[in-house]
Amino acid sequence: MRDVAIVAFAQTDHRRRSDELSEVEMLMPVLHQVLTRTGLQTADIGFTCSGSSDYLAGRAFSFTMALDGVGAWPPISESHVEMDGAWALYEAWVKLLTGEADTALVYAYGKSSSGEVRDVLTRQLDPYYVAPLWPDSVSLAALQAQALIDAGATDEPALAEAAARSRADATANPHAQLKGEVPRGDHVVHPLRTADCPPIGDGAAAVILAAGDRARDLCDRPAWIRGMDHRIEPHSLGVRDLTDSPSTRLAAERAGAFERRVDTAELHAPFSSQEVVLRRALNLDETVRVNPSGGALAANPVMATGLIRIGEAAARICRGESDRALAHATSGPCLQQNLVAVLEGEAHA
Amino acid sequence: MPEVLRAPLVVEFPFTRSLGPVQSAFLTGLRERTVLGVRTGDGNVLVPPVEYDPATAEELRDLVEVAATGTVTTWAWNPQPRRGQPLATPFAWVLVRLDGADTALLHALDAPGPEAVRTGMRVRVRWAAERSGAITDIACFEAYAGESSAPASPHSGTFADPVTGIVAPARLDYTYSPGRATSAYLEALAERRIVGERCPSCHKVYVPPRGACPTCGVATTDQVEAGPRGTVTTFCIVNIKAKNLDIEVPYVYAHIALDGADLALHARIGGIPYDQVRMGLRVEPVWTEGARHPDHYRPTGEPDAGYDTYKELL
Repeated sequence: MRDVAIVAFAQTDHRRRSDELSEVEMLMPVLHQVLTRTGLQTADIGFTCSGSSDYLAGRAFSFTMALDGVGAWPPISESHVEMDGAWALYEAWVKLLTGEADTALVYAYGKSSSGEVRDVLTRQLDPYYVAPLWPDSVSLAALQAQALIDAGATDEPALAEAAARSRADATANPHAQLKGEVPRGDHVVHPLRTADCPPIGDGAAAVILAAGDRARDLCDRPAWIRGMDHRIEPHSLGVRDLTDSPSTRLAAERAGAFERRVDTAELHAPFSSQEVVLRRALNLDETVRVNPSGGALAANPVMATGLIRIGEAAARICRGESDRALAHATSGPCLQQNLVAVLEGEAHA
Repeated sequence: MPEVLRAPLVVEFPFTRSLGPVQSAFLTGLRERTVLGVRTGDGNVLVPPVEYDPATAEELRDLVEVAATGTVTTWAWNPQPRRGQPLATPFAWVLVRLDGADTALLHALDAPGPEAVRTGMRVRVRWAAERSGAITDIACFEAYAGESSAPASPHSGTFADPVTGIVAPARLDYTYSPGRATSAYLEALAERRIVGERCPSCHKVYVPPRGACPTCGVATTDQVEAGPRGTVTTFCIVNIKAKNLDIEVPYVYAHIALDGADLALHARIGGIPYDQVRMGLRVEPVWTEGARHPDHYRPTGEPDAGYDTYKELL
């Protein structure tokens, strides 16, 4: 099996609204940034894969509009996942591993400002027993947070601390939407307060993958993907132990995360309480740098946030600030689906 | 920059879903104030019941009846109920393990405030006054002083007049903003002008513009006027009357290459019998009073355009 690496990453500045831009207009600058960084033209890209959601856009086949931004004529090899772009990256990784392509462009975008994202996300729930009750994303996360508190795994001050640390770290991230001191606020849904919840916003991200020597040509220090795996929990929340994430642990094990220590972890935890679950599932101790970017609490462009975790981890490796990093992406309520990637940089010459 | 255009966009659909045997028994049971679960191969009782074991994927059909009373396993106080949620006043979301069950059901708990709710509290079902065979037949849960009752008992799952499907209405509200390029196009249309954008790389003019050249993958920036006249490149004859559309059938829907554009747009052709529309026909837009876009295109009376002039735009 050949080696595949992330060789370029770009993201937009994440903002509460971007009414003056269509999705493709928001996306194009990041596409151009990753192409410029690698010197590639759209025509050089072997495979293109994207992640987005029609429910965010409120429009069927909305991803086809974004295809204008990648130069889809003459026809290209292209695919789309109605999921976070991290899963698009997984598909592209497989495509490169099989030798079907040598380079891939992966992008994802979300304009949460168009609708009510808390309501929109109810439409991904079991349509028979759950969705008719319209339980919004914050409420479901709050059930998980209370379960953690009851289990003695955390408390409200500890959650506030995690949220404050994320926003403090985000001051070093020029793209972050929420940074610095953020008031804890009132309970949105008890026990989660405003500060425990992610900002609602618009944004996009893009990544370029390349295989073998091609990666070395395109980047001084590629972030090699040593393993990647994704797993899912049973769909019914009442069947699961909400304080644990066996799917994250299994994905991490299959991705090789436990073989050697990682120095950095970019965790896709939109709620402060979910970081607690993920740290436990991944056995991350205080010596691991968690979410130096500020994580999803600093910017949460739904459908791109997971891809950004992988991109942030890779960028840290490319800059020489990390040698072995774990990136995690999630989808669905209460960490329903989880993807783990392990990235490494080669020793400096 | 001109003001950003905005319009409300409502996406609404009554999803009609058929039920499997277990879901049908469960939802029919709710209509009859009976809560059913399903027993797995290793003896666990799942409520709400599913048709396949989440652990083994084994088919499950062994229905049991559980109590309408149970214990809260986790909760979350919702101070501001949202549209569609079970209660309009502040309430707690709860996962409830009903007596006799091994898993928990998500629903709402009616309580005076968060201090009245705790994990481990005893609750019972409050049934909806009118029940149709849906999860909302449970209006909510309410506090209940009694202890845990009897274990699950076997149930045939058979009821008179079983529910075999549900209609799940879904409505989402958006505020649509079309972005820079489309906004400029719509603003020009309001002045009865048609503007496209030219690709700085391949110089093609796109009408309507979407802000990017699909061939080059770069932003289109130069605004150019196109039309108003154009050429029919291809067309079809519509014989089915659309709902809410006040147009007599048959009518013609056509691709029209506006003069100066490198991409055909589509519109209805009027002012000519449907069977006389042809490729190469020269047309112009017809604006109706107060409309923000052309109602249709009609013949200009010019001689037909030669095939070579529009063959690249087919």
